[in-house]
Amino acid sequence: MAVTDTPSTTPSAPAFPQDRTCPYRPPAQYPELAARGPVGRMTLYDGREVWAVTGHAEARALLADPRLSSDRKNPSFPVFVPRVAEQASLEFPLVGVDDPEHARQRRMLIPAFGLKRISAMRPAIQAVVDGLIDAMLEQGPGADLVPAFALPVPSMVICRLLGVPYADHDFFEGRSRALLTAQSADEARPPREDLVDYLHRLVDAKERGTAAADDGLLDELVAERLAEGRLDRDELVMMAFILLVAGHETTANMISLGTYTLLEHPDQLAALRADPALMTGAVEELLRFLSIADGLVRVALEDIELACHTIRAGDGVVLAVSVVNRDPAVYDHPDALDVRRVARHHVAFGYGVHQCLGQNLARAEMEIALTTLLTRIPTLRPALEPDELVVGPGGVIKPGTTLQGLYALPVTW
Amino acid sequence: MRVTIDSDSCIGSGMCALTAPKVFTQDDDGYGSVLPGKEDGAGDPLVKEAARGCPVQAITLAEG
Repeated sequence: MAVTDTPSTTPSAPAFPQDRTCPYRPPAQYPELAARGPVGRMTLYDGREVWAVTGHAEARALLADPRLSSDRKNPSFPVFVPRVAEQASLEFPLVGVDDPEHARQRRMLIPAFGLKRISAMRPAIQAVVDGLIDAMLEQGPGADLVPAFALPVPSMVICRLLGVPYADHDFFEGRSRALLTAQSADEARPPREDLVDYLHRLVDAKERGTAAADDGLLDELVAERLAEGRLDRDELVMMAFILLVAGHETTANMISLGTYTLLEHPDQLAALRADPALMTGAVEELLRFLSIADGLVRVALEDIELACHTIRAGDGVVLAVSVVNRDPAVYDHPDALDVRRVARHHVAFGYGVHQCLGQNLARAEMEIALTTLLTRIPTLRPALEPDELVVGPGGVIKPGTTLQGLYALPVTW
Repeated sequence: MRVTIDSDSCIGSGMCALTAPKVFTQDDDGYGSVLPGKEDGAGDPLVKEAARGCPVQAITLAEG
């Protein structure tokens, strides 16, 4: 079942990560682990055992604890997929560094992701969504929702946010799609290098005032930070690159898997159609229920006492987000999708200083994309064959080593 | 009750303004702030939920 080489595991320390058999439920063995306690052990592909956190209170306590590090350059940082090991030399601003460096980088970006600025982007997001649905309706009935809708929505929105000229959207979208669908580090390198080169050229053009778009976040950072020597050019480019990567596949997976999940829960879909005001809460519930970033990884810098265990300095820690978000101590009937539920306090965006910078942009994109799709194509239904709902060749479910979601979602109407 | 936000630790997640919008907002730079006149929490039971939901525990609810 697992796509990685199977390490020698023990029943008390099962393999992490594992594949989902149903795209919206945690892998079968994660709840078994949770049943033995909020903090347990799991085994990575290279045979290393790490702490596995499944309890909600414990996960929040750890994610808020500065003794737990996100520094990917720490030699003890857990590697849960070989692809990541091959990227160890890359710079990962924001997501891969600790405070104070992380706080310095994040503070440059906070204004652009604030509620007021994101709210002002809603008409632009609506226009992107409507344009893509127009094209689907023109070419249909029938489409693969992933390339036709789920992937381009966040890509076009992040282009606009960063200030990527419209004429470059196709290049930008094509390269980021190639990066996201790469099966190996070798496959990922060319599109990644193309994007980084492109962002360098774009920053140059913005500095010279010759870029075809001048109203994005990159324009602000070039004018306010780079020009004043408060930001290094390579750092700016890598921050832009991380914003693209962090905001693209995540949101795309939530749109496609969220659509599929609602279509598979007709009672919930009917409730949403009867009262579209439920969508804001439904997005929160889908974030909790789907937990697509199903494995936050950290390394301990000091000994930490937690739930009768001692996490030692240098130990790896993984948080099984899908199980944390189904902790029965916090959510009644946690395995039921309930769009009327008050689903707050989930950790789908993480928790602590690293909680997702783009969470409110993601919420707006999901809300607008799902509402518009369900309203404008009221007879939308999946056209998946049952034998396609598997991980691996011919299947559409993404493996446990990646963000959780669907490679393809054939639909018709 | 007196509601305050530690602006040095705030990361602008917006959780407070989303959870208890009658008491919290975000300033133009994206940082959380208490709405003028609502420093006493305005009797809103969601204020406690907002404090609990803050990812960096930047909200303090002082009695009195």
